[in-house]
Amino acid sequence: MLTLSPIGQRRWARFKAHRRGWWSLWLLLALFGLSLGGELVANDKPLLVTYQGDWYFPAFKRYTEQDFGGELPFQPDYRSAQVRQLIEGQGGRRWFAPIPFAFDTVNYDLTEPAPSPPSSDNWLGTDDQARDVLARVIFGTRVSLLFALALTAASALIGIAAGALQGYYGGWVDLIGQRLLEVWSGLPVLYLLIILSGFVEPNFWWLLGIMALFSWLSLVDVVRAEFLRSRGLEYVKAARALGVGDAQVIVRHILPNAMSATLTYLPFILTGAIATLSALDFLGFGLPAGSASLGELIGQGKSNLQAPWLGLTAFFALALILSLLVFIGEACRDAFDPRT
Amino acid sequence: MPEHLIEIRDLRVAFNGQSVVHGIDLDIRPGECLALVGESGSGKSVTAHSILQLLDPAITRIDGSIRYDGTELLGVHERYLRQLRGNRIAMIFQEPMSSLNPLHTIERQLGESLALHKGLAGAAARQRIVQLLELVGIQRPRERLKAYPHQLSGGQRQRVMIAMALACEPQLLIADEPTTALDVTVQRKILLLLKELQERLGMALLIISHDLNLVRNIAQRVAVMRGGVIVEQASCELLFSAPQHPYSIELLNAEPGGEALCREPAENLLEVRDLNVRFRLGG
Repeated sequence: MLTLSPIGQRRWARFKAHRRGWWSLWLLLALFGLSLGGELVANDKPLLVTYQGDWYFPAFKRYTEQDFGGELPFQPDYRSAQVRQLIEGQGGRRWFAPIPFAFDTVNYDLTEPAPSPPSSDNWLGTDDQARDVLARVIFGTRVSLLFALALTAASALIGIAAGALQGYYGGWVDLIGQRLLEVWSGLPVLYLLIILSGFVEPNFWWLLGIMALFSWLSLVDVVRAEFLRSRGLEYVKAARALGVGDAQVIVRHILPNAMSATLTYLPFILTGAIATLSALDFLGFGLPAGSASLGELIGQGKSNLQAPWLGLTAFFALALILSLLVFIGEACRDAFDPRT
Repeated sequence: MPEHLIEIRDLRVAFNGQSVVHGIDLDIRPGECLALVGESGSGKSVTAHSILQLLDPAITRIDGSIRYDGTELLGVHERYLRQLRGNRIAMIFQEPMSSLNPLHTIERQLGESLALHKGLAGAAARQRIVQLLELVGIQRPRERLKAYPHQLSGGQRQRVMIAMALACEPQLLIADEPTTALDVTVQRKILLLLKELQERLGMALLIISHDLNLVRNIAQRVAVMRGGVIVEQASCELLFSAPQHPYSIELLNAEPGGEALCREPAENLLEVRDLNVRFRLGG
């Protein structure tokens, strides 16, 4: 870990002193960790199978039914009664994850038609295709957060670069850049995505690419303003008088000062990215059909009003993630506030 | 070697079409101390900045000729200028408070110039940095390496700035109002330090000030500027004993006089007894 400057240390201390933001950060990290390890929590393949004294790890490795004395050279359906008999008939055992469903596992053993209400099998019920809601929420959270993080990283990269160049060089570069940005920000993202979904099936990377084309705009102004201010500062002049090149002045002398404004912004970009992805999924222009997604769950809740667990789950999951991010964002903002 | 280190001929500078320096001629000889004196807005800083071309190119237009060691500097490639800046010609600024990057330690700021022009890094650079800090009279320099600018006093900061400027032993040091932001006793010390370093290192010193009397002790020649032109250029002695231009006379007489108003001592407004302040010095 790099050592923080005294200002950095003070900001970190102030962030920690912001109890709500501090706890939100940990809770969000825990949730993110949980969703990253989703295969260990929700999986339709057993984590461990003991069979004839040997250990098998179906969740991580592919075995065929023949390995367990079956006839087919395919991966067995470990949840089926037949495979269970094969394994337990030889004194073996299957150790499932706490939630024995993956996000796309169809539960054929439902006692009532899908969507089925919460039960001891499906803790949050199933959706209209008999898939476990909790498993889908875990994997949906993972996709949302990863998408948001990737989008934020991409926007930060492009936005900071664009803002830095405009602010540092000023003059014509700035003038032309600003006009281009105004035109660019006028393009309707949603329509572009809708049009795009006519050509290709939008997957994670397509969506990320398209949204990254537009989401960096909000950062440019912040960074640009900071650079416009800083480039006239004496220490920047002093650095140039020492013969330091433009690139180094930007990276070493101005950027660190512009970072605080940028960092304050990032949690809110994260929030926006999650909300946008959910909205697209809800409208059906988002991730391909069958993917675990919070937005798709909201959509299901809307079309299955008789099954309130769908809408409520999606609502609480999204509300929790977004609130945590907003709390973290507030703490960041306070920590970087130059007035305190 | 040409007789003049810097030869400025018919220098004209305009910001957004508005002319601020109207054709000045100025020479700086190797190893001499030249003072450029004038009131605020007379164009003295602009002149100094245009030598290293540190003015914003988007709004500035510079005409005329600035020659360094016989080489024309105006219109020369930026890369050549960068190699010159800090290495052959160094500059220190008015505000020691803001001339140091608040986010970098003293060692890092001094090291930047050394790495850039001398390729020094690691232990060799550190040794040179300590040497430089000693040279400019910073006490216990080793302990100051890890200090941040805000942990130093104004005078110390200006000393660090001077150390940065001297890192590559330049032939010319441009000091743009180096003492204006400092209090009077520190002003004197910094000026004497500059003078001493100039003699010891044999470099030329261009000192810019609005205070004629301040430069009296250190300058060999003085150029007086007003409204973008040089109105008088003479040796220091001559200027002080027999100023020619009315403005020079006016400047000489500008030293504030009079006495403080005396009032009957009344009750104490504020009383302080046995006050102690302690804080840990950074390192």
